[in-house]
Amino acid sequence: MDVVATQESQGKMEAVDFQTDPSRYKHWRLSFDAPVATLTMDVAEDGGIRPGYKLKLNSYDLGVDIELHDALQRIRFEHPEIRSVIITSAKNRIFCSGANIYMLGLSSHAWKVNFCKFTNETRNGIEDASAHSGLKFLAACNGTTAGGGYELALACDEIILVDDRSSAVSLPELPLLGVLPGTGGLTRVTDKRKVRRDQADMFCTNPDGVRGQRAKDWRLVDEAIKPQQFAEHVKQRALKLAGQSDRPPNAKGVVLTPLKRSVDEAGLHYHHLDVAWDRHARTATFRVRGPGSVAEDSLEKVLAAGANWWPLEMARALDDAILTLRTEELDLGLWIFKTAGNPDTVLAVDELILKHQDNWFVREVLGMMRRTFARIDVTSRSIYAIVEPGSCFAGTLLELALAADRIYMRDTQEGENAAALALSKMNFGPLPMVNHLSRVAARFYRDEAQMEGLRTAMGKKLTAREALDAGLVTAAPDDLDWEDEIRQAMESRAAQSPDALTGLEANLRFGSSETLETRVFGRLSAWQNWIFVRPNAVGTSGALKVYGTGAPVKFNWERV
Amino acid sequence: MINYTEKIPNNVDLGRDRILQRALEHWQPAYMGWWYDMGPNESHNYEVYLRTAISVEPDGWAQFGYVKMPDYRWGIFLQPRDEKREVNFGIHKGQAAWQEVPGEYRSTLRRVIVTQGDTEPASVEQQRMLGTSCPSMYDLRNIFQVNVEEGRHLWAMVYLLHRYFGRDGREEAESLLARRSGDADNPRILGAFNEATPDWLAFYMFTFFTDRDGKFQLCALAESGFDPLARTCRFMLTEEAHHMFVGETGVSRIIQRTCEVMKENKVEDPADVRALGVIDLPTIQRYLNFHYSVTLDLYGSDVSSNAANYYTSGLKGRFRETKLDDDHVLTEAEYPVSEVVGGKIITKSVPALTALNERLRDDYIDEIADGVGRWQRVIDNAGMPFRLTLPHKGFHREIGNFAGQFISPDGEVLSEEAWKNHEFEWLPSSKDYAYVQSLMSGRVVEPGRFANWIAPPARGINNQPLNFEYVRFN
Repeated sequence: MDVVATQESQGKMEAVDFQTDPSRYKHWRLSFDAPVATLTMDVAEDGGIRPGYKLKLNSYDLGVDIELHDALQRIRFEHPEIRSVIITSAKNRIFCSGANIYMLGLSSHAWKVNFCKFTNETRNGIEDASAHSGLKFLAACNGTTAGGGYELALACDEIILVDDRSSAVSLPELPLLGVLPGTGGLTRVTDKRKVRRDQADMFCTNPDGVRGQRAKDWRLVDEAIKPQQFAEHVKQRALKLAGQSDRPPNAKGVVLTPLKRSVDEAGLHYHHLDVAWDRHARTATFRVRGPGSVAEDSLEKVLAAGANWWPLEMARALDDAILTLRTEELDLGLWIFKTAGNPDTVLAVDELILKHQDNWFVREVLGMMRRTFARIDVTSRSIYAIVEPGSCFAGTLLELALAADRIYMRDTQEGENAAALALSKMNFGPLPMVNHLSRVAARFYRDEAQMEGLRTAMGKKLTAREALDAGLVTAAPDDLDWEDEIRQAMESRAAQSPDALTGLEANLRFGSSETLETRVFGRLSAWQNWIFVRPNAVGTSGALKVYGTGAPVKFNWERV
Repeated sequence: MINYTEKIPNNVDLGRDRILQRALEHWQPAYMGWWYDMGPNESHNYEVYLRTAISVEPDGWAQFGYVKMPDYRWGIFLQPRDEKREVNFGIHKGQAAWQEVPGEYRSTLRRVIVTQGDTEPASVEQQRMLGTSCPSMYDLRNIFQVNVEEGRHLWAMVYLLHRYFGRDGREEAESLLARRSGDADNPRILGAFNEATPDWLAFYMFTFFTDRDGKFQLCALAESGFDPLARTCRFMLTEEAHHMFVGETGVSRIIQRTCEVMKENKVEDPADVRALGVIDLPTIQRYLNFHYSVTLDLYGSDVSSNAANYYTSGLKGRFRETKLDDDHVLTEAEYPVSEVVGGKIITKSVPALTALNERLRDDYIDEIADGVGRWQRVIDNAGMPFRLTLPHKGFHREIGNFAGQFISPDGEVLSEEAWKNHEFEWLPSSKDYAYVQSLMSGRVVEPGRFANWIAPPARGINNQPLNFEYVRFN
C-alpha cells in the first residue's frame, strides 16, 4: 500500500457526530435477556467513518467505538434490569482484531491520539460501570482476540477465551507494527491481570499471542473453554456475575432522548450550554447554565424528568461538546469555562443527588458527571475558568473550575453583585479524577488540615478574597485590572507551544499519585505518542506505514 | 486624596484614569519616601532653579522657576500619538502599532521596562553625596536637574507598569523603589549602577558615557511596536540630551581649565600639573577608559538570543530603525563581531539578528568618538600635544566575547600578568581617586564662583548670567 494521502489532505470531512442510537448502529447488536445483555460486535467492512480503508476482521475505527460508547450508555440508563453484559463477536473465529491498521496508517497524528484517547475513555467507562453501577462485563472471546480486541477484553471483569487450538489472545502491536498497544493493554496486563513481567515480555513481542491453557496459566484470560461448552459456560458465568449486582430488577429505564443541539458559525448550542469560538484568538468559551430552579425536588420528579433533568442534560451536552471540540477543533487551544446562574440552585441539586445517590438512576447521573468531568482532566487543551458576577461555580459546577489549569475570579469592589463560589460535598469525593482523588484533594496534595478547612467552608459563598486565601483560585484581579489581566492571560497562553503545554498540563493536573487510569493516559501520551511520530513507525519504511504492503521495514537501530 | 492634574502634569488623562489613580495612590507616597531617603543629600529645603516639563507642547516641556525638589512636579508625558504608526520591524512588521500589551509578550516587555526603569533611581542614589563637593552653584543646579529628571524617567517607566501590567506591574513599580544602588543584599539590576560615583569627574564621565547608553537604549525602545513605550521613550530622550550635555561640557571644562593652567605655567608633567591644583590629562584619560569600558558592558553579550527575540517580536528595534535601508526583518543579514582566538582578535560574521547588542554598541561608539573628538579640540586649541583616545572595544570588559581576556587599550591581547603590570597606567588607581577627591573637599557655592579645577561654562542656564543664584539654600 502506497500511503500518500492523510486525512488532512483529503479536504474537509463531514464533522464526526458522537450522538447515535441503536437504530443507527452499523457495527454492533445489542440484545437483552435480563439480567444479561449481549453486545455483539459485527463490524461492517465498508462502514468506516472516514474513507480509504475497509474494516475487515472486526477491526474498528472511531465510528465503531462511538457506537460502543452509546451502547454502554443505553445499557446504563435505559436498562436498569441489566446486571451483566457479554461482549462477543458475530464473526466466525474472530472476536476482534483491534484498531484498523490501514486507518491508523492514513490518519494524522492528531487523529490517532484523539482516537486512542476516546477508546481509552470508553474502556475506562466499562470498568467505571463495573465499579460503580453494578454492571459486570464478560468478554466472550469466541475467536482471535488481537491488539485492541484483547484490550477491550482486558477492560471486562472476566475474559473467557475459546479453546479451539487456534484462537489466541495477543498484543501484536510491537512485533507487527512497531508501536505499542494504545488502549491500556500493557498497563492492564500488569496492573489488573498481574501477568509476570517476563511472561508479559514474551506475550507482547510474539505476534501470534498465546492460546488455550497457557493463556490461562499466564493469567491473560480467566478461562479457556472448548467450543462445545463455550456458549453455555459464558451464559452461566454471566448469570453468576449478575448475581453480584445491586441493579433493580423492576425499575423503569430512562430513555436517552436525542440531545438538543445546534451548530452555527458562532459555535455549539445546547439547552444548558453554549460553546462560542474565537478562531482568531484560538479560544473556545464554554458557558454552562445552572439549573433555573429546583423544579425536581423529589426522587419521583427526578425520575419523571429523566433525560431532561438538569444534571444529566447538562452533562450530556458537556460530554458532546468536549468530544466534538477535541475531534474537530484542534486549533482552539484554550478553553474558557464560564457559568451562569444561581449558585444556590446548583447546591440544592447537589443535595438532592447526594440524598438519593443509592437510587440507580441518580447513581447513573452522578456517574455520567464523573466521567464527563474526567474527560476534561485528560483533554489536551489549556483550560481557564473565569469566575465573574452572575456565575454559579458551586458544588458540581465548581468541579469545572477545579478541573481548569487556572482559575481567575473577579474581585468586584462595588455593588452587591459580587462573584462567589461555593463548595459542597460534591467536591470532596463523588466526582473523582482519573487518579481517584477529588479535585480538591489533588489540588492540595491531600493535605488534611487544608481539606478540613475547606470542609468547614462548605455551603458558604466565598468572595474572591476568601477564595484566594483558601487557594481555590489562581488570581483575583479587581475591577480595574480585570479586563486587561484576563486578555493578557489568554493571549500569552495561546502563544505558547501547544505540545509543551499539553505535556505541562498533563504533568501538573494529576499531582503525585498514580492509578491504572493515569498510567494508561500518561504512557499513551509519553511513549505511544513519541513512537507515533518516530520514523521507525511512520517514516517511509516505518513499520506502521508499510504494514500490509509487502515492502520491507527499515529501522534506525539507534536506541534512544 | 491627590489632585492629580494639579500635582502631576500629564498628557495621559490621569484625572479620569482610575487604574492609574489607584496605582499612584500607593506609589506616589512611596516615591516621596524614597526621594527623602535617597534623593540628593540635605537638599530638601533648597530652592533650585529647575526646568519642569508641564506639557509636550514646544513651550511646555521647559518651564523654569525656583522649586524645592520634593515639590517638583514629576509628570507623565508621552509623545503625541501617531494614529498611523505601525510596527516597523520583525515578524509583526506592517501591523498597526500595539496600543495594549500583547499578552504573548507581556513578561518580556515588563522585564525590558523594569530593567530600564531600575537605572533611573539608581543614578540618583549613586550621585546623592556629590552636592557637598560641587564646583559651583551652576553645577550644583545641573546635578539637581539631572536628578529630578532621572526621577521623572522613573515615573515614565512606572506609568507603563501601572497602566499596562496590572498587579504584577504595581509590584514591580514598588520594587523599583526598594532596590538600592550598591546594596549587597538588595542591589540595582545592572552592575554599572551599583558602582559608586565618587567625585565630580566621575559624575561628568558617567553622564557622558553611561547616560548615553541610556539614550541608545531609549532610542531602541522608541522604535518599539508597543506604542506607549515608544512614545514614552521619545519624550524621555529630550531630557536625556541635557544630561549628556552636562557630562560633555563638564569634562570639556575640566580639560579646558587644565590646559589653561598648563599653558600659563608652561608645565606638562602630571606631577607638576597636579601641584597646580587641576586634574592632569592622563588621569582624565584613565577615567575615560574606565567609564567607557564599564558602559560598553551594559549593552550585553555580543551574540544574544534575547536581543534577537526582542527584535523579531517587535519589542526593541535598532538605533534609528526607520531610517535604516534594509528589510527590517534581518533573517538573511549578517553582522561582524569580534572574539579572541588563539591570542588574536578576529572578526567573524554572525546572523545579524543575534548581533543586535553589538550593533547598538557600535552605534554608541561612533557617537562617543565624536564627543571625544570635541574634547580633543579643546586640547589642540590650547596647543597641547596630548591625545585623548578611546581604548579598544575589548579593553577591560566583563561581558561578551572579551570577558576574561586581557586586552590593552591598543587592542593587544596580553597575559593576565602583563595586563596587571599596566593596570594603573590605564585605569584610575586609588591614588588617582584620592587626588581628584582632594580637589573637591568642600563645595563652592558663591554665585559666579567656580572651583579652581574647572572652567566656567560658556553661558548660564536659560540665558541667566553665570553669577545667577541657581540654588537658594534657605
